[in-house]
Amino acid sequence: MTARHDETFEVERYELSSPPTWRFALERRTFLAIFATVGSGLLVAATQARGQESGRTGSQGSAPTDVKAWVHVSEDGRITGYTGKTEIGQNIRTSLAQAIADELHVPLDRVSLVMADTDLVPFDQGTFGSLSTPRMAPVLARAAATAREMLLDRAAAQLGAPRASLTCDAGQITGGGRNVGFGDLVKGRQLTGVVPADAPLMPRSAWKVRGTPAPKVDGRRFVTGEHRYTPDLTRPGMLHGRMLRPPGYTGTLTTVDDSGARGMDGVTVVRDGTFAGVVASSARLARRAASAIKAEWTVPDGLPTATTLYDHLKATASTAAGGRGSTPTQTGDPAKARTAAARTFAATYRIPYIAHVPLEPRAAVAEWEGDRLTVWTGTQRPFGVRSELATAFRIPEDRVRVIVPDTGSAYGGKHTGEQAVEAARLAKAVNRPVKVVYSRPEEFSFGYLRPAGVIEIAAAVDAEGRLTAWEFDNWNSGGAGLATPYDVPNVRTQFHAAESPLRQGSYRGLASTANHHAREMHMDAIARALGVDAVEYRLRHLTNDRMRAVLQAAARGAGWPKPSVDGRGLGIACGTDKGSYIATAAEVSRTDNVLKVERLVVAYECGAIVNPDGLRHQVEGAIIQGLGGALFEAITFANGAITNGNMAKYRVPRFKDVPSIELLLLDRPDLPSVGAGETPIVCVAPAIGSAARTFGAVADALPVRFA
Amino acid sequence: MPTYTLRINGTAHDVQADADDTLLSVLRDDLDLVGARYGCGEGQCGSCTVLVDNRAMRSCVAKVSAVAKAQIVTIEGLATNGVLHPVQQAFLEVEAFQCGYCTSGMVMATVALLRTTPSPTDADIARVLDRNVCRCGTHTRIVRAVHLAAERLRAVTPSAGADGRLGEPALPQVAQEAQR
Ligand code: FES
Ligand code: FES
Repeated sequence: MTARHDETFEVERYELSSPPTWRFALERRTFLAIFATVGSGLLVAATQARGQESGRTGSQGSAPTDVKAWVHVSEDGRITGYTGKTEIGQNIRTSLAQAIADELHVPLDRVSLVMADTDLVPFDQGTFGSLSTPRMAPVLARAAATAREMLLDRAAAQLGAPRASLTCDAGQITGGGRNVGFGDLVKGRQLTGVVPADAPLMPRSAWKVRGTPAPKVDGRRFVTGEHRYTPDLTRPGMLHGRMLRPPGYTGTLTTVDDSGARGMDGVTVVRDGTFAGVVASSARLARRAASAIKAEWTVPDGLPTATTLYDHLKATASTAAGGRGSTPTQTGDPAKARTAAARTFAATYRIPYIAHVPLEPRAAVAEWEGDRLTVWTGTQRPFGVRSELATAFRIPEDRVRVIVPDTGSAYGGKHTGEQAVEAARLAKAVNRPVKVVYSRPEEFSFGYLRPAGVIEIAAAVDAEGRLTAWEFDNWNSGGAGLATPYDVPNVRTQFHAAESPLRQGSYRGLASTANHHAREMHMDAIARALGVDAVEYRLRHLTNDRMRAVLQAAARGAGWPKPSVDGRGLGIACGTDKGSYIATAAEVSRTDNVLKVERLVVAYECGAIVNPDGLRHQVEGAIIQGLGGALFEAITFANGAITNGNMAKYRVPRFKDVPSIELLLLDRPDLPSVGAGETPIVCVAPAIGSAARTFGAVADALPVRFA
Repeated sequence: MPTYTLRINGTAHDVQADADDTLLSVLRDDLDLVGARYGCGEGQCGSCTVLVDNRAMRSCVAKVSAVAKAQIVTIEGLATNGVLHPVQQAFLEVEAFQCGYCTSGMVMATVALLRTTPSPTDADIARVLDRNVCRCGTHTRIVRAVHLAAERLRAVTPSAGADGRLGEPALPQVAQEAQR
């Protein structure tokens, strides 16, 4: 056995014939912290098995350490899972607990999760890429399964019954006419275990809890308003902070007259280099104090605007900046194929910046105890934010604790910790806990955005209309989903990094949404120009069965090629991302120049369906979010300021915008389940764009508008 | 700074605030009633919705001085003795939320809607709840929850009174004489 352990613990291992395939160092400090918090019991640590579930092949010999989890069985028989994942509305507090409950044969209410508390959970890179459940659930399940086996070992000894004769149900192990509870088996001990490499998981057919629509853990706290998101937290002696900001998204502070604020009772002005903010006894007072400060800012001239943006991106492109997809991928000779082609089709698609607009804005509560810092904040990367804080204050990471309350969503928009750093700096100045809550305009201007981009496609077809060349260049919006799923002999794709005038970062579906939009709009345009049915044209170029299946299902469901009501337009798009397949058919109507989406028929396949109800919930959420980018959303900016940075001007989908959505879920029990929270967004815009073309030419930019 | 007596969830609270301070800031900062959420502060998202004299109002744009005489009910005042209001119960059963940040406002807006429209159509629901944003895209489930709540409330009082009072649990009120 090669796993290392800490000698201060009584170590027990569930011994299997094959050794673990990685070395695992127990995080001793954290384990001690957990035992100190929850008392004695059994603690099992698990990490992701090589190549597990994700379909990735881990490089030989290197232990994948990016997904870890612990399971604790306490003296009172309660089970706690520890994970660095955050609950941001994707319901993993429930679905991960289900995985644990199943393997330990206990009812769901016996299990709870400690999530995203850096002092108590194993390191985690972050909650993104819709991978939380598909990758974390099996790890927790493995830990739970190992805990179960260790409990069975102990029970066999304690009951004096043959191990094989034992049964385990509802936290009790029975054998030889007697039974013993989980809690009694671990009483007064600090037992630890490490999961063997091939810890067997239950076959899916044996699942009792997983895959069933369990009521959301803590659901009641949301309908009663009791749940406290970060903006709702209070700490004893807590004060309220507010930052001094430039009027736009950028600017350098030149002069400050803070006498107005300093004169206010209960107000502290905090200045540190370019950092300026106020702390006050109430949030209202902090707001008043901040606006009493007279500050002047210089904003550089000639900054790009929403109109000059696309030229700017192309002009600043540099292959040196690198990034995924920046090395061109080429098969065949597309340039040559184009010169030999019967027809060529070239177009440029422009993708604007869009904002995540999570309803819970950035917020943080920071508290210092000597040189130890605790910050509560809504983030998808608690450990990343811990690093940011450690760097900002030049203290070791182990003196920083980040705790993430279940958060009012993120959609990829909460990877960073600026709010945490700001609250911590203010708290340090006044030596009291300080809360900072971004206003909605601050959230627009000082968060980050989904990247804008320019996409150029040059395609060519032969005399029969078959695609012979496909050249695809993406400036700035990102390198995911660049490749075309269609059969084309000569292909070149490339991502060009560029200088983004606005702060940009992750977003649900990210680059894939932009790349899908351009590619599918282009396929649609070619089919139209050739006078070929758009579904038929795609099928001629598709050999992937999964893609064909979703495309055909959506077309059939929508009644392709006729809309369900005369006078409407019907459009379609298909694609694949992160291992799942999607096709979306959109039916739209036009009144004057206004497009209305009347109906969406969506076929989706993400491997085996575990929980159809939960899946629908996620898929619908992604589709509705996609409606915003398709129909209204685009950040406008000029002179260093975002000009539509509030909810009155920046419209997100509302009830009246939501069409009837028919969801066709294709089950592939023979394939592993992959994350579903992102991919369904990618075909919404091109399906709508294609449908809009029924009524006339559409512009080459998102959101979809008539040209 | 003037003192206002606000009648919230059946209790009178004296708060010191400027006349144009918002009800939301008083609820959250002075009274620690944080179930009404801050989402935009501009009356656009509805996550701060409370009932003011039985009507849905966005507390982030309601001035304290304007609601000083009213009966205010927040999400914290809906359940009675631990029993959820039928609208809360319906949202819970249908699980009409993902992150839940919009839920307080959606529930309060629904309570108000069902008081005037006991049998809302999908179009009625969309028209009224259009002022509330759910960024997670839970719309279809929310509509389902509203219908379920309406059905339950109608079952309690098959014939809603002409005044629109339904058979829902009485919401907390502060009697006039209870005021100082
Ligand atoms: S916070 Fe009041 S409407 Fe958004
Ligand atoms: S559930 Fe997240 S905003 Fe509605």
